[in-house]
Amino acid sequence: MILALFYVAAAIALLSTAMALSRTNATHALIYLIMSLLSVAVIFFIIGAPFAAALEIVIYAGAIMVLFVFVIMMLNLGEAGQIREREWLKPRSWILPGIFAAALLAELLVLENGLSGTTTGVAVEPKTVGLTLFGPYVLAVELASMLLLAGLVGAYHVGRSFLARDRGVKHQ
Amino acid sequence: MPLEHVLGLASLLFALGLTGLMVRRNILFVLMSLEVMLNSAALAFVAAGAHWGQPDGQVVFMLVLTVAAAEVSVGLGLVLQIQRRFHTLDIDDATRLRG
Amino acid sequence: MTDLLWLIPALPLASATLLILGSQWLGPRWVATLGVGSVGAAGLCVLFTTLQWQGAPLQQTLWTWIQVGELSAGVSFYVDGLTLVMMSVITGVGFLIHLYSAEFMAGDTSYARYFAYLNLFVAAMLTLVMADNLLLLFFGWEGVGACSYLLVGFWHFDAANGAAARKAFVVTRVGDAAMALGLFLLFREFGTLDIQALSAAANARWEVGNPTAVLATALLLGGAVGKSAQLPLHTWLPDAMAGPTPVSALIHAATMVTAGVYLVARTHELFLLAPPTLTAVAVIGLFTLLLAAFTALCQHDIKRILAWSTISQIGYMFLGLGVGAWSASIFHLMTHAFFKALLFLAAGAVIHCLHHEHDIRNMGGLRSRLPVVFLSFLIGAAALSALPLTSGFFSKDLIVLAAFEAPGIGPWLWAGAVLGAFLTALYSFRLVFVVFFGRANTLPDRQPGPAMATPLSVLCVFSLAGGWLGIPVANVFPAEGEGHPALWVEAVSIGIPLLGLALAYALFLGRRWDASGLVESPLGQAFYRFWHAGWRVDGLYDRLWVKPFLVLTVLLKSEPVDRLYGAVVALCQLCYEGLSRSQSGRLRQYATVMAAGVIVLLGVVWRAAGG
Repeated sequence: MILALFYVAAAIALLSTAMALSRTNATHALIYLIMSLLSVAVIFFIIGAPFAAALEIVIYAGAIMVLFVFVIMMLNLGEAGQIREREWLKPRSWILPGIFAAALLAELLVLENGLSGTTTGVAVEPKTVGLTLFGPYVLAVELASMLLLAGLVGAYHVGRSFLARDRGVKHQ
Repeated sequence: MPLEHVLGLASLLFALGLTGLMVRRNILFVLMSLEVMLNSAALAFVAAGAHWGQPDGQVVFMLVLTVAAAEVSVGLGLVLQIQRRFHTLDIDDATRLRG
Repeated sequence: MTDLLWLIPALPLASATLLILGSQWLGPRWVATLGVGSVGAAGLCVLFTTLQWQGAPLQQTLWTWIQVGELSAGVSFYVDGLTLVMMSVITGVGFLIHLYSAEFMAGDTSYARYFAYLNLFVAAMLTLVMADNLLLLFFGWEGVGACSYLLVGFWHFDAANGAAARKAFVVTRVGDAAMALGLFLLFREFGTLDIQALSAAANARWEVGNPTAVLATALLLGGAVGKSAQLPLHTWLPDAMAGPTPVSALIHAATMVTAGVYLVARTHELFLLAPPTLTAVAVIGLFTLLLAAFTALCQHDIKRILAWSTISQIGYMFLGLGVGAWSASIFHLMTHAFFKALLFLAAGAVIHCLHHEHDIRNMGGLRSRLPVVFLSFLIGAAALSALPLTSGFFSKDLIVLAAFEAPGIGPWLWAGAVLGAFLTALYSFRLVFVVFFGRANTLPDRQPGPAMATPLSVLCVFSLAGGWLGIPVANVFPAEGEGHPALWVEAVSIGIPLLGLALAYALFLGRRWDASGLVESPLGQAFYRFWHAGWRVDGLYDRLWVKPFLVLTVLLKSEPVDRLYGAVVALCQLCYEGLSRSQSGRLRQYATVMAAGVIVLLGVVWRAAGG
């Protein structure tokens, strides 16, 4: 039963990802991407990582994708954007990347071939994760917080003049 | 479920993301491809952690999450800037790095 | 008294330092006082030392100069009879020449610089002769070389003077390189450069004729030959006359050029162990003295005549050294310092009074117009020609007779020396007769003042009576044979200069015998030009060394070796251009290439994992 659920979720994830990356409309692509993320969250839950599943939904699908939505709204691409996307996405341009990606995939699969074993399905509780996070990985947490701070500052700096112009303030 | 299948799924997702990265010219889609690739890597980590019944996989997943968040925030800022300066989202037009 | 030895070189050195530092503030009167006074004071110190000298060598060690491994060289002085003679000449003649310079150089824009260099020279020369080890000696040796360079090129605004200075420096450097090699060899053999220790060790270790001894002394001889302007390194001295005349008198006649003689005399114990080298010394001396005498006969520049004559006289000293007449050579060194300084100073006075006229064909009849100078020049020429009872007579006679006594080639050496003496008398009196007798061509507009006349007078006295001075070198050199050659040998040796004088009179004054027909003949002209050009040695060197070197520079001008490195640069350039083309700025392309790289890497990992 659970195994079947896994395969269904995996199929949805693959399908929606493929759809997301081949759309011409950015908003549609985003919806497909969120779907893909949600199905990955289901897989997380199934293989015994409920905390990761929750974060996947809350942060990935919830926060990061919302950022994308904001930016797409600000850009306001509309119909002209879709026409341009169609011009760019010629079938010919898929050939070389397709070959490369297939080669990489083949190599990965060959390398994974020898692995045997199963996931237990026994959930690793959020409490354990939290203890580990603030135990042996405390330095990594500090680094991650620095990274987030840097991302915050960087995003503000990079995006500021755009915002300033939109507010009608003259920017040097 | 078999670990091999979960990792295979991760590999498939990664290959899809890579394809998108190489094919798409719109920066927004490039960023989405990157998200897919990051997510597939995170899936591989979590699967490995689940295999051993250890929390480390999920810890690394959280770190991947912070990297993704930071990357997206800066990346989207850059998208806005590129749109403002070049009036296009075509990544092939932003070739100032040419040597 | 020993304690004051250090003052002797220190006084001129201090004066030179003061003059260099204070050249902007010191007036000419102070400059002259300091420059002349310091050498005079050093001369007084030498005089006191000589008077109180007991006959035993004096030694003083100031400090250890260099101590590296086995090598230990001190700034230490060793003063014996030989050194005292040299010190007396340097400070005595040096003081007179400084005094003379005070007037000669008056009005020159670089008055202080001149005296600074001259004092520095005296300090370096004193260091050279007082050094108790060969390293300090070499230091002084190079010091005088540097001062010679500075003073030859003193009037450096004329490019020719600079070229002469460079020539003097480079040619002597050839000899100095040989000398340095000799020092290395001696140090390797004995582990010391102390002259006394070296002599003792060499006598203990080497038998007579040891090949290493021959090599070491030959290398030292190379240095001496360069410094003393002997064949084949004599070409710099005539050009060095570009310097002020007192400089020529002090450096290029009285002191520095005799440093080679001093070096050989100082290391005579080594040379005695190497008879082949000694023979070479004698032969070099003989050839040099003949070559220079012939050349002097055909010159017109008054200073060049004296320069060639200096080379010739130092040839006599080398001849004396070569046949073992050590004290006679040093004696000749001393008397030569007197009369050649006198001649140069007198020539300087002539030049000074005739507005820098150097060509003797434009002079004449100066006998009555410059009586003091005439008398000085006459006495100097007489001493140079070794006319009986002058100082040059005693010293040269000793050398000539000693040459006859030399085993084997003695009579040949004697014959050459006598021929040289004949030529010496001929060219000396040619100079006297042409410059001071006959028709007056250029009139002097001034007379030498007291500062110039006094040194001339004093040197006149020494040139005449210097032969009666004894030199205290009996303890320094081995006893020399008291052989008396046959009477006819002595008679010829004494009479030959008189013959030369008579011929000069007949040719240049009495006009009893007109030799112009002989000179004008094609063969005569050929010889004349050959000798005038100094036997074309300069031309030979020009062909042998200078031209090939210039050809080499032309060949290397395009830097063929650099082509190799140029190719490396070009390769880098090529790689850079190729790689920079891959920098297209297209991010998708970068991503594709990275993917390809990852594929390759994974393939490698897979192979390595045994797949």
